[in-house]
Amino acid sequence: MKSKLFRREEAKAYVFLMPSLLGVGIFILIPFCDAVRRSVLNAMGKSFVGVQNYLTVMQNEAFLLAAKNTLRFTGVCIPLLLVLSLMLSLLVYGEKRYGSFFKTTFLLPMAIPVAAVVLLWKIIFHKNGLLNSFLLFFDVVPTEWMNSKYAFHVLVFSYLWKNIGYDMILWLAGLSTIPGSLYEAAALDGAGRVQKFCYITLPMLLPTAFVISVLSLVNSFKVFREAYLIAGNYPDKSIYMIQHLFNNWFVNLEVHKMCAAAVIFAAAITSLVVVLGHLMRREEGANED
Amino acid sequence: MRIKRVLSLLVLGLMGLLVWLPLGMIVFGSFFGKQEILESFGGVLASGGGMAVWHILPQYPTLQPYVSLLFDSPGFFVMFWNSMKQVVPSIIGQLLIALPAAWSFARFRFRGKRFLFYLYIILMIMPFQVTMVSSYLVLDYLSLLDSHLAIILPNVFATFPVFILVKFFEAIPMALVEAARIDGAGEGTIFFKIGLPNAAAGIVSVITLEFIEYWNALEQPLTFLKTKALWPLSLYLPEISVSELSVSFVASVIMLTPACLIFLFGQQYLEEGIVASGIKQ
Repeated sequence: MKSKLFRREEAKAYVFLMPSLLGVGIFILIPFCDAVRRSVLNAMGKSFVGVQNYLTVMQNEAFLLAAKNTLRFTGVCIPLLLVLSLMLSLLVYGEKRYGSFFKTTFLLPMAIPVAAVVLLWKIIFHKNGLLNSFLLFFDVVPTEWMNSKYAFHVLVFSYLWKNIGYDMILWLAGLSTIPGSLYEAAALDGAGRVQKFCYITLPMLLPTAFVISVLSLVNSFKVFREAYLIAGNYPDKSIYMIQHLFNNWFVNLEVHKMCAAAVIFAAAITSLVVVLGHLMRREEGANED
Repeated sequence: MRIKRVLSLLVLGLMGLLVWLPLGMIVFGSFFGKQEILESFGGVLASGGGMAVWHILPQYPTLQPYVSLLFDSPGFFVMFWNSMKQVVPSIIGQLLIALPAAWSFARFRFRGKRFLFYLYIILMIMPFQVTMVSSYLVLDYLSLLDSHLAIILPNVFATFPVFILVKFFEAIPMALVEAARIDGAGEGTIFFKIGLPNAAAGIVSVITLEFIEYWNALEQPLTFLKTKALWPLSLYLPEISVSELSVSFVASVIMLTPACLIFLFGQQYLEEGIVASGIKQ
């Protein structure tokens, strides 16, 4: 029974899907397979060298620095962003009158061009810049914000500034799905504000939290734009990211190294997605019980 | 209750200032004359000067920076149009490809669906750097490097819009589709007459999100375009020397305007798009 009807449906499905599938194949999948092939060949692309390129990459000092910084950046940014945007969304959610004004406000940084932001940062965070002028009132000694270890903090700030609105909208969507009756019932049982938050709001938002983490991760890779424009190809050590590494290898045409690093990176992301997807499904299962 | 409200408005207001102040600085900064720039930011532009000061409003507002950008910098227009030539076809092409694909994922059962959808999600998450080498190799093979198509074609096959549109198509009640099928409508008719109109919000939100994304493109043009004459505005802006600060502010204002307009008209859809990107699997 399944076969004939199912086959007809399947044929239709593939007709609709084909243009996209072909393009993805030609522009992403096949070239990526080629990258995998090159990652086990030598620099000339002639002879097979096995895992040699992978070993070279893994022992490369710049790679280790970049990997460490990228991990540190995501490790600091994503929890911070999750907590801050949740707090913001709770405030906006409670604010009936000016709520939509603030929603627009916090989404605006998404639309401001990166180059313009970086220009401002230069004026604000320069040694003779506005932040230091302001701090001088409090007798704080001027610091070089951009070309020191503080560059990392500036970058974290830029990331939060840009992405907080996006995450806030996601939290708001999550908040709006919590039925008000739950809170009323809890109030009847004598639950206070804090208890309501801990026992109703947080658990109900858990599935949202997983998704927001994944999307924040996606957006954290885009911070390269800021990092690049702030300091160029060779920034302060604290913000030398995986992206700078790829760029510098690209300029030097070290294709075999890039291919190996791309495969490592792709494998890391794929396993992360599979693990997160697994956790998410288990969480959903737990909720349904 | 009152105190709480005031407190929450205060916090929101302070956070809001972090957005409005920089935005205001860009806009007001575009009216600064050369002399005022030197007085205010001499210390930033050349080492050894004094500390920067910012008068909220320009002391001697002037349109000079606008004149010098709009009339004396022919390169600016070239790059503005380059941006348009790269962004608009990217988005149109993307919709042409992603709409049927999303319809397929949302409406049909077929073997490999789960796997393919997973694959699309993973590709959506991959940062540009991971696919940079392989994209470069394939564009080189097709001799498309250093042309507008080198930017447009890979964008067209991005999987992010497919992911968003699937959510919107899934929200269409199946009964509507069944009814049309019983009335003898073909798959094409159903797609055009029921699918597309009901996903209008999804289409607008894809346009909004992707416009903002590609309007700010940096990595792709930097990697795939050697000829400066093909560069988009997003690469022009960082090239203006810091000494021409007010001109950079004008360029920022002009670059910001289309993004903000699209954003203000599409905000509701943008929000829907963001929410759709977050609906769990």
